[in-house]
Amino acid sequence: MFKLAEDRSATGADLRNVVMETLQSLIAENDKVVMLEADLGGASNSLKIKASNPDNFIECGISEANMMGVAAGMSSEGYIPFVHTFAPFIARRAFDQVFLSGAYAHNTINMYGSDPGFSVAANGGTHTSFEDVAIMRTIPHARVFDAADAVQMAWIVKTCAGLPGINYFRGDRKAIRNVYAEGSEFELGKGNVLREGSDVLIISAGRLVSDALDAAENLEKQGISAEVIDMFCIKPLDEELVLSEAKGKKAIVTFENHGVIGGLGDAVASVLAENAVAVPFKRHGIVEQFGQVGTADWLQKEFKLTASDLEETVKGLLA
Amino acid sequence: MEEKEQKELELLAAKVRRDVVEMLLHRGYGHLGGSLSIVEVMAVLYGKQLKHDPKNPKWEDRDRLVLSKGHAGPAWYSVLAERGFFDRDMLFTLNDGGTNLPSHPDRTKTPGVDMTTGSLGQGCSTAAGIATALAKKGSDAYTYLIVGDGELNEGQCWEAFQYIANYKMDNLIVFIDDNKRQLDGWTKDIMNPFDYVAKMQSFGFYTQKVNGQDVVAVDAAITEAKQHKGEALCIILDTVKGAGVKAFEEMESNHAPKFNTPELKKTAQDAVDALNEQVKKLEEEVA
Repeated sequence: MFKLAEDRSATGADLRNVVMETLQSLIAENDKVVMLEADLGGASNSLKIKASNPDNFIECGISEANMMGVAAGMSSEGYIPFVHTFAPFIARRAFDQVFLSGAYAHNTINMYGSDPGFSVAANGGTHTSFEDVAIMRTIPHARVFDAADAVQMAWIVKTCAGLPGINYFRGDRKAIRNVYAEGSEFELGKGNVLREGSDVLIISAGRLVSDALDAAENLEKQGISAEVIDMFCIKPLDEELVLSEAKGKKAIVTFENHGVIGGLGDAVASVLAENAVAVPFKRHGIVEQFGQVGTADWLQKEFKLTASDLEETVKGLLA
Repeated sequence: MEEKEQKELELLAAKVRRDVVEMLLHRGYGHLGGSLSIVEVMAVLYGKQLKHDPKNPKWEDRDRLVLSKGHAGPAWYSVLAERGFFDRDMLFTLNDGGTNLPSHPDRTKTPGVDMTTGSLGQGCSTAAGIATALAKKGSDAYTYLIVGDGELNEGQCWEAFQYIANYKMDNLIVFIDDNKRQLDGWTKDIMNPFDYVAKMQSFGFYTQKVNGQDVVAVDAAITEAKQHKGEALCIILDTVKGAGVKAFEEMESNHAPKFNTPELKKTAQDAVDALNEQVKKLEEEVA
């Protein structure tokens, strides 16, 4: 069971540290857990694992395709590999390796795709991933997660270690705002209703969940009752929850730090369409744009992914 | 090597070569040239160097093989059948719907196949991962990796070679099947490889080049490689695409011919007959 954080304005620990510290505790329990890095150990802080557990850390250099293959090969010998690189260098650059050496060959690769979407900040357009969820969703049986905060990230990492197959989780490297109270537990394939509401259903994932909650609070002041779901597990999607919570709503909006093609919005849209749920609907995300440099805050505004942008979308649908 | 042992390896090679041609003739098409060029290394591995147990394909102490040039699957399937991993009749299910012998090896389908390959370059990295894992486990098992010369067009091979050399992996032997041809023509015309020996040496590999169609030379090179500790190991097999059947060696495009005319069917059947004669002769010599 989960509980909401008491102070949603506070940030948790850096997500990268959450990932690496969770892995350190997993390694302490199971020596078969290994961390592979593509020369971004200083960026992901996986060098912490190199220091504490040198036998469980493998530096692959700047060669993501090879790293995925090494991970797959180790998996075939009973190891539980985790790999890290920036989100686009997993999904775009090493897709065929993840797909064939990993998924098709029934091997396990756990992937931390860091700084997705506008979280890329100064690394800019070349390092921006507005398509990683779409790409990874196409792999049969792959699981795709977007972490809403530090508490959830720790749960995702721990859970992936026990799930053979292709597990992709995206999340910032730095700290993001808290959504959940310490000790919260989640369920694989189940979305979380964070806030009840009767007029509009907002389904979000990742760091935008905080902004979706802000928007819902602001909308309430304007007389609009918004329900918010954290759909942190984008695949497998909690279709039952989508359908049950869609009932009676005047509008549904998905809100994601990702392109509208193939992301959370398309996943939800498919469920609604295939179940003949006819209700005003909008995928709020990135439309036909590449990334660019800036601070994360500036980029969030530039890409119209703030709480107030979401409020405008909701009001537009209800008008 | 004693003459008897040599004859036994040549016999296994002859059977594998016959099986490859027979199964592709039965199917009507298939990756002929690159399967035939690796017949001798397969015979040396499964006839002598590679630890295996056909009754227990997942035996923990077995040596591993990754056929990164996955399209040469028919050569692997033939040697696995000859060694008793599965019934020889299964060879003739190649590429049937639902078969356990797809054109490219699949670790989830075929007993004795340790890694799925087919997208070129990827087997180099998975082999590196397997060898990394075996070393971590403290196993003394070897991982053998067979890479095609055309396959070396793929950048991933070189990423993997960097990794293997960097970690001085002496529990993995890289074979480069230098058969000099790829699908569209001669490798020197498609993407000039220049000098593989110099390339691999400069990457940090202890590199040997041997006649890949000579079981004695291949066996000696493997034994020699195993003496070298603390460095990456490469054996370049100087081979002929379509080796062992003159008509196939001389065929203009022998990568994946179709046996769809009476002439081509007869060529293949003549090859099977000649190889059967060779098998019979070697069986008499070995007896």
